[in-house]
Amino acid sequence: MTTLAPAAPALDLRTRFYDELDPLLDAHPHVDVVLAVIGSGYMSRAIERHPGRVIDVGIREQALIGVAGGLALAGRRPIVHTFASFLVERPYEQVKLDLGHQDVGAVLVSAGASYDVSAGGRTHQSPADVALISALPGWTVHVPGHADEVAEILHREAAGTGRVYVRLSGQRNTRPHPVDGRLHLLRDGVDAPLVVAVGPMLDTVLEATADLPVRVAWTATPHPLDAEGLRALAGPTPVLAVVEPYLEGTSAAAVAAALVDRPSRVLHVGVPGETELRRYGTPRDHAAAHGLDAVGVRTRLRSLLG
Amino acid sequence: MTTTAPAPASAPTVPQRVRDLVARVTGDEKHDPSAHSTLDVVWTLYDQVLRVDPGHPDDPDRDRFLLSKGHGPASTYAVLAAKGFFPATWLDDVASFDSPLGHHPDRTLVPGIEIGSGSLGHGLPLAVGLALGLRGRTPARVVVLVGDAELDEGSNAEAIQVAGRYGLGNLTCVVVDNHSDNLGWPGGIASRFALEGWAAAEVRTHDQPRLTAALRRTVPDRPTVVVVDTTAKPGTTVKESA
Repeated sequence: MTTLAPAAPALDLRTRFYDELDPLLDAHPHVDVVLAVIGSGYMSRAIERHPGRVIDVGIREQALIGVAGGLALAGRRPIVHTFASFLVERPYEQVKLDLGHQDVGAVLVSAGASYDVSAGGRTHQSPADVALISALPGWTVHVPGHADEVAEILHREAAGTGRVYVRLSGQRNTRPHPVDGRLHLLRDGVDAPLVVAVGPMLDTVLEATADLPVRVAWTATPHPLDAEGLRALAGPTPVLAVVEPYLEGTSAAAVAAALVDRPSRVLHVGVPGETELRRYGTPRDHAAAHGLDAVGVRTRLRSLLG
Repeated sequence: MTTTAPAPASAPTVPQRVRDLVARVTGDEKHDPSAHSTLDVVWTLYDQVLRVDPGHPDDPDRDRFLLSKGHGPASTYAVLAAKGFFPATWLDDVASFDSPLGHHPDRTLVPGIEIGSGSLGHGLPLAVGLALGLRGRTPARVVVLVGDAELDEGSNAEAIQVAGRYGLGNLTCVVVDNHSDNLGWPGGIASRFALEGWAAAEVRTHDQPRLTAALRRTVPDRPTVVVVDTTAKPGTTVKESA
């Protein structure tokens, strides 16, 4: 008798999320999945094996969050999913009131990131999502850069009770790193400026800085920022860059607060917020246009080095 | 199909002591329409319909009452105090800095308050999720009170549709219709729910036997709406359909 080798786990973050839902529902009897159509075609096994626990409300994003809030009030642990534009921006007041004000938790899992849907235009892009979620009390934001990180974050947060936003991107790193909420130093160098890469920006930052005299640290959890870890790595007179795959400056206030007692020079690199790009093309095109490919990041970081 | 719900032989009116508690919130002895438009419904629910225990306000099997129309909490506060969920003295300084009772209720501050509300159009979607989460796990009912003008908010339309498609027999929406909606509801309010598969009843607020019967009635696999007209004159025709 021969046995089939198990299929290799998906490398794409969003695909891994869908694949992980069936075992997640097995392992966590309090979890329900709430959808607004998006994703429902990619989780047939979870839907078949867990009747009634994948709730698709149709293209009704206010109800998506409202229903999740109600489920949480009933003691359930909702995992809520659609594109970031329709998960965070469209029902923002529901996120504020039906989850936060009710003092209940949920795991919101978005797809689309800042410009994964580059060919779709502005309607399907949400670079401000992390800033918006971070503006509300009591949220944790995870921005994983590898599919294995997605699985670990999902299982941990499914067992929790808090308000959690997990941002999935088509951009990813080749290797997983610890998703414990801390800042991790991945490349050291004596007295060198520090570059903090968030989530899927890591490989781009490593490529951009391969021959630059900088240290590189990484986190998958920009909010709440690991202030203690940042202070430990930043030194007494910090020269620092933060490279984030969403709205530029999203972490600026948290970084400033962490370093308030030190004379510091901080560069924030991310998706510019002043203008709409109004171009289609590929995510790679958009990364280049925003200065978020290796060439663009390198140019910005060199300005910090002087 | 039209059915007639059985009416109790006798039904309560709101006791004077409860009306006095409402007056302690509203700060005068006069009749205040905004405070009283929901009083008959809320009192009837807590006195005749809901299975709730002020000694165990977090009982997982309790029925849930969600005041979506959070801008008119006086009657709910008064009824909860009358039923012993919190001391009546709380009613004397509503919305002061140290009071757990505000002009819009906060569930984390008040025993018996199931949702924080005030922004319109949030209670019914929350009720749908609550009913989905409780269905099959507990016999609890979910009863949510909305206003006729509150139904303007599109979030309610989404929730009405979802509740109908999911056949939430443990969900009741009470629409307190004081005809305050600026643009009106051509064809009536109940028909909008009925089209989405809800069992609909229309009653007058002062017709206590029918109000009680309508609020007690549930239908398997279908959510229930009770449209309560607070302005209808005695003798007006009312109907119940399923």
